[in-house]
Amino acid sequence: MLVKQLSVFMENRPGRLYKLTHALGKEGVDFVTLSIADTKDYGIVRFIARDNERAYEILKNEGFTVGITELIGVEVDDKPNALAEVVALMEEADMNIEYLYSFVLTNHNTAKILMRVEDTDRAVAMLRQKGIKLLSEKIL
Amino acid sequence: MFSPEIEQAKREDIRALQLARLQKIVAYAYERVPMYRQRFDAIGLRPEHIKTFKDFENVPYTTKDDLRDNYPFGLFAVPMKQIVRLHASSGTTGKPVVGGYTRKDLDNWSTCIARILTMAGATDEDIFHVAFGYGLFTGGFGLHYGVEKLGATVVPVSSGNTERQIMLLKDFGATALIATPSYAMYLAETAKKMGVLQDLKLRLVCMGAEASTAEMHAALQNILGAFPTENYGLTEVGGPGVSGECREKAGMHINEDMFYCEVVDIPHNKVLQEGEQGEMVITTLVKEGMPVLRYRTKDITSVTYEPCKCGRTTARMSRVVGRTDDMLIIRGVNVFPSQIESVLMAMPELGKTYEIIVDRVNYMDVLEVHVEVGDTNLLTDYSKLEALVEKIRHNLRVVLQLDVKVKLVEPFSIRRAEGKVKRVTDLRKK
Repeated sequence: MLVKQLSVFMENRPGRLYKLTHALGKEGVDFVTLSIADTKDYGIVRFIARDNERAYEILKNEGFTVGITELIGVEVDDKPNALAEVVALMEEADMNIEYLYSFVLTNHNTAKILMRVEDTDRAVAMLRQKGIKLLSEKIL
Repeated sequence: MFSPEIEQAKREDIRALQLARLQKIVAYAYERVPMYRQRFDAIGLRPEHIKTFKDFENVPYTTKDDLRDNYPFGLFAVPMKQIVRLHASSGTTGKPVVGGYTRKDLDNWSTCIARILTMAGATDEDIFHVAFGYGLFTGGFGLHYGVEKLGATVVPVSSGNTERQIMLLKDFGATALIATPSYAMYLAETAKKMGVLQDLKLRLVCMGAEASTAEMHAALQNILGAFPTENYGLTEVGGPGVSGECREKAGMHINEDMFYCEVVDIPHNKVLQEGEQGEMVITTLVKEGMPVLRYRTKDITSVTYEPCKCGRTTARMSRVVGRTDDMLIIRGVNVFPSQIESVLMAMPELGKTYEIIVDRVNYMDVLEVHVEVGDTNLLTDYSKLEALVEKIRHNLRVVLQLDVKVKLVEPFSIRRAEGKVKRVTDLRKK
């Protein structure tokens, strides 16, 4: 019920993001999501690839520091307040969201929300109980 | 043991042999090398004045500058006809230091190496992959002929082309690796990355040319499953072969019949006692081509004369903890790069290479350490990486008593040389 995300350590200097995206691009590995926060010296590039295992192998061979993080993915209708409802459930249950990002796939009329939380199991159980549709890696 | 008659001799017999050889080499150098004669004459010292070890302390030191000033052959004690080999240091900081070897010198050198390899656990059945550079550098040929003297098989790979080296390690079934510690680490990591560790038959790693740390040894043993040892030597006194670690790894056994080692407090010009830390000063006892009297190595170590559990009675020197000229003075505090290394290598969440940068910003010394993240579990969120930086800073502060700027970097962005590594960059204006 969890979605695997790859996390790559990256120094904040020119050419690094190109090196990563090109390493995957030239092997025909497609990104589903990608997110980077801005920090001073380094960042963590977080992404989900169409073929995560292959992306992991490629980056490891290219010498990147790459780890796998498990996220909770939920699917909501692509309409106002949908995200707020999920966040509200998390707050009610006193569960802290470390980071979150969302995306919409073309030809779907739903939005996907990916969250990293401290206690994944508890959050999954809670969301399921509340009738929220959880994503698995296959649905991506 | 390769030379049990020396390696297990009684202390008093070793001392007697050393004194006799000291007297002989002093007379030999005085008669044949103008620099030594001039220096002795200038202070009224004559070879026959040297009757005890204490008397020998009156002999002036020889420094790297002396060797350079006499470039290339000014310190040779025999005519060129008797010299059968030349070696030289890289000379990156000036003129190279040249060494000349007679046939006897080469034979003694090989004996020293064969002893060191034997004490590291090697036998004539081993296959040695020699990844030291072959050429003027003393490491390659020095180890090469030592391996042959031992009767083992030598694979003279030399340096460079790491992936090919790993193929050869695998295909030739080498059981022993000879490399600098940094290159051994690099080979090990590359082999791991290539997924061929299980195909390697290495059981020994004999390292030299740079100092290593206990943490590096542990890391190598862990990755390669081979037993690492360190040995010591320097071009100025002939190359590798001065001393090496036995299986006890309780210091490096000095080839005392070939080298007389003193530990000296240079600022106070005082020869130190057993166990005291100071600069290693070496006199070659049997070198014919280029004898060297009281060479200041700038390597900081200490010596013990306790018999070793391995059965050897030869003196043991500790691993070199630093060099008098590597020592960084940061805001008045003495810092050895080896101290930083041991802090970093003791943290499993870090990668195995690092870089130290010293700069002066607004008249203040700034020490910056660049290190790789090794544990990918820390990539789940920024707070873990921030906590790691804080932990490194804390651990360094405990050891160095200094605030250090820590920067996490990507793997392999740290310069890796396939030979001696320059880990410290000092950007301060001299």
